[in-house]
Amino acid sequence: MARLVVLPFTKSIEIAYKSLQARFFRSLVTTLTLVLAVSFLTFSQVNINIADSLLASGDPDMCHMLMRCGYDIMPGDTSLAASPKQRWIVILSLLVCVVGIINAQLMSVTERFREIGTMKCLGALDRFIVRLFVMEATIQGLAGAVSGAIFGGVVAIISALFRFGPESLGNLPWPEIATSLATATLTGIALSLAGVLYPAVIAARMQPVEAMRVEQ
Amino acid sequence: MTKKTIVRVTDVTKDFDLGKIVVEVLKGIDLEIETGKYVSIMGPSGSGKSTLFNMIGGLDKPTTGKVFIDEVDIAQLDAYELAWLRCRKIGYIFQTFNLIPVMTALENVTLPMTFAGVPSETAVEKGMDLLKKVGLEGRHAHKPSELSGGQQQRVAVARALANSPSIILADEPTGNLDLKTGEEIISLLKDMSDDQGVTVISATHDYKMLNVSDQVIWIRDGRVDKVQERDELEINTGGMSS
Repeated sequence: MARLVVLPFTKSIEIAYKSLQARFFRSLVTTLTLVLAVSFLTFSQVNINIADSLLASGDPDMCHMLMRCGYDIMPGDTSLAASPKQRWIVILSLLVCVVGIINAQLMSVTERFREIGTMKCLGALDRFIVRLFVMEATIQGLAGAVSGAIFGGVVAIISALFRFGPESLGNLPWPEIATSLATATLTGIALSLAGVLYPAVIAARMQPVEAMRVEQ
Repeated sequence: MTKKTIVRVTDVTKDFDLGKIVVEVLKGIDLEIETGKYVSIMGPSGSGKSTLFNMIGGLDKPTTGKVFIDEVDIAQLDAYELAWLRCRKIGYIFQTFNLIPVMTALENVTLPMTFAGVPSETAVEKGMDLLKKVGLEGRHAHKPSELSGGQQQRVAVARALANSPSIILADEPTGNLDLKTGEEIISLLKDMSDDQGVTVISATHDYKMLNVSDQVIWIRDGRVDKVQERDELEINTGGMSS
């Protein structure tokens, strides 16, 4: 007889989803960190996409407007890149976001020590526990990253409307914007997963005997 | 009928290293528990009762000595086999109920069956049946927070029975319950033990447990103080009440 314990994939999604639902407010706060970081990333990327397309249009008025708005354009430039300072700010914001997620997930692990111990007493393997936490983080990551990307993109387009005027919206670079949104979404999911790994390993290593401890 | 031993503990010691000092909690325990018995482990706080209990449940490993469950030395098992043992052979009942708070009563009962690879429909069917047996028919969709302490412990009893284990380990199952509810849980455990032939091992201070126990193991200061069979016990408890 095969002495194996199992946790089917669909069942782990179901458990992870219910767990998030039950701690809705807490998960919302964690997700919000991600929404903010991802929308900031998207905002700066889409801004560059729009400015790039204005520059590529070759219209001298547009170039003037870009310079007025603070872009350094040298004669002959065909595309704009984020300045090193901008890049650093984005990277820092993403780092702060990961640290925030690690913190929130560690709290969630501590809060669920007994629950994890109980699952282990019922026969859960270490990897079931890791999987549950990773699933939760993926759902949170997906929700946070998608809404963050959409939010950041919309804000970038609205800000372009005010900075460069309505005509700038005439030929928005949709393929580039879509690429920026997709990249930001993937980055968001990756951040969420990076944030959960350490807490999930801590949870998985917990000894089932913890579940027997009486103090709450 | 030959008596079959389900749990055998040979010369088990357990030390806890607290840095500067090493505390000897168990100082050499030998025990044999027969299949189908209702066994209570009694002893004052700090006697090593819970430590012994955790060893029998495969939750902790002895410093020296061996613990056999169904003649298998549990120190020899790897993580997968140990998980399998916890899932299929042993049902745990805790003092603090330990139901998964985000799951309904039925989901709590079916979880060990999911781990055991039982198909979902069969698990739901058996789960409903178990909930009915413990007197919680119609409460399957309730979350633990919507159930009273006694009802939660009933769900825990149903969960412990989910994979038809050979052993039920109950750690102070009545510790957080009032007198009457505690009695109900004890008689429920006794019925389950009688009906299904499960060995019930329970660590307790609760003297109500004595009335239903086939055997009582008294632990004192890390050693087995005495083992009393049911017939000796009645004389004794009678003695105490007089």
